[in-house]
Amino acid sequence: MSNNPIGNVWIYIEQDGGAIAPVSLELVCKARELARELKVRTEGVVLGSEIPESLIATLHAYGCDHVFVADDAALKLFSPVPYQKVIVGLAEAHRPNIFLFGATVVGRSLAPRVASRLQAGLTADCTALRIDEFEDKASKRVLKNKLMQIRPAFGGNIIATIVNSWQDPQMVTVREGVMALAEPEEGRKGTVTPVPVALAPEDTAVTIVERFKQPSEVNLKGAQIIVSGGYGVGSKENFRLVYELAETLGAAVGASRAAVDAGWIDHDHQVGQTGVTVRPRCYIACGISGSVQHRAGMSESAKIIAINSDANAPIFSIADYGIVGDLNVVLPKMIRAYRARV
Amino acid sequence: MSLSILVFAKQVPDTANITGQAMKEDGTVNRAALPAIFNPEDLNALELALELRERYGGKVAVCTMGPPAAANILRRALYMGADETILLTDRRFAGADTLATSYALACAARKYGSCDLILCGRQAIDGDTAQVGPQLAEKLDLPQITYVESVEWVRKGRIRAKAQIDGGYEIIEAPTPILLTVLASSNAPRPVGAKRLMQYKKAVTRSELSARHGGRDYEDANLLAAEEEGLRARGLWIYEWGVDDLEADARHFGLAGSPTKVKQIESVVLTGSGTKDVPPTDEGIRDLVHELIEDHILS
Repeated sequence: MSNNPIGNVWIYIEQDGGAIAPVSLELVCKARELARELKVRTEGVVLGSEIPESLIATLHAYGCDHVFVADDAALKLFSPVPYQKVIVGLAEAHRPNIFLFGATVVGRSLAPRVASRLQAGLTADCTALRIDEFEDKASKRVLKNKLMQIRPAFGGNIIATIVNSWQDPQMVTVREGVMALAEPEEGRKGTVTPVPVALAPEDTAVTIVERFKQPSEVNLKGAQIIVSGGYGVGSKENFRLVYELAETLGAAVGASRAAVDAGWIDHDHQVGQTGVTVRPRCYIACGISGSVQHRAGMSESAKIIAINSDANAPIFSIADYGIVGDLNVVLPKMIRAYRARV
Repeated sequence: MSLSILVFAKQVPDTANITGQAMKEDGTVNRAALPAIFNPEDLNALELALELRERYGGKVAVCTMGPPAAANILRRALYMGADETILLTDRRFAGADTLATSYALACAARKYGSCDLILCGRQAIDGDTAQVGPQLAEKLDLPQITYVESVEWVRKGRIRAKAQIDGGYEIIEAPTPILLTVLASSNAPRPVGAKRLMQYKKAVTRSELSARHGGRDYEDANLLAAEEEGLRARGLWIYEWGVDDLEADARHFGLAGSPTKVKQIESVVLTGSGTKDVPPTDEGIRDLVHELIEDHILS
């Protein structure tokens, strides 16, 4: 496909019924930046059945120079084995340099299988990606133009830069909202290759007999104001106050991972490395200590207000306003003050 | 019908409960100071395995890869009701990323022999990657169902399970053998049985038995061999496999078999500058709210 000495930058395009997953478009935008720097092409890989022309046009508009399309009735709904077979076949034939996947349920089922088959490294939930050189101590060589796969690591204040030192592709997954969406260029042209699909009967032995899906009612990414609760909220019942403040301010409700893991609120609300990354006008962190993982998902908020009973909580270090105090006292005061004013 | 189920579990540092003592002076986490626990979602996988054994009969084996101390989670598995346990331990397994880990686990699964179901937790709390399950399935050339909520039935070489997807769920039917990754919400893992605890707390690995006898060379000690025989007969034997026990290419294990390398670890230094302290009083909060409204941050 290309005369470049290194392969192109690929994005797995997740789609369902012709609708592209938001994270896939975000990754197209990031891929385009990386591809420019490497002087290679940005290529999308999309699988499905009866994939509309408009979907391909959207991918071109956001920055795909080229799109591989595997359109087959057997690929109508995502299933790990047939999807893996088709993608591995393509990757072996074209040898991409970088291969990006959204860290959705689908991406997290599919990318590891593809990586395992290709003997490629795979780094989960990256929060930044850039190109740099890497001195490989094993081979004592300096590898130029490698993908720096950056993610918070292991429970604390650590950011790790990870490199795939073996042969390409360099594979990563990225959560929704981490990479910024650029404006599409309407009418931007690109090319398309239809991919022949040849699956053996055993590849399609897993069948989906029933499927229930409804769009999430939580729209954290689009919210201008977010009130988020953490472990310091203390209980599911106490989350009522977080909801009440959010309702008063016309805000969306977010949560830290600790609150989600405690079962107080649904994962759809989770902000952070393994949740959604948000950039609202105002982020009110209630009882959130502020781990690296959480900060990775909200530190670019325009104004951050932190409320925590622990004056040493790391969240205060990135807050514009800090209130050291009990949520059960502070939140009702905020609600009253806001209602009295507007 | 009777099911053969193999559960893969991991011993992890308890990252959910990091206390002050576990923080080093440079602000990083002292991993060694954290208590080591049974990875929570692997307990859900084990619970599902035990429930399926209760429904259909059969056998549940639990395997973990880790340092010798990881035998502790295998004893816990025995207390909960596992029939058989395997510890994969060898210095050459160390430093493995998810690819090298899945390679080692695949070798262990092959050595263990055929089974109907392989169960793993969705992900481990120390890395949150959720990669090892699908990579293991691929290496064993098995289909997979990830994010499993429940298993409706297993019969005649087929399984029907409910799995979470983004924004909903699917009911999936598939042939066995198959690998499943299990969600925390799927069940409540049973507590340790007191009677089983008394019975299985004596379960040991070969290294532990050898150490108990002052670390004498185990191979040459007929006495120990006889003791091992007795422990095996009573189900108190934790199988211990190293690289040499597996049919494998040793270059694929551990750090050497890991394509991902850590280039750099940066401690995040929190600067704490520019935060305006707001007193938690009526006036303090009122002034803050007014300021935010005037600046069009709120409303």
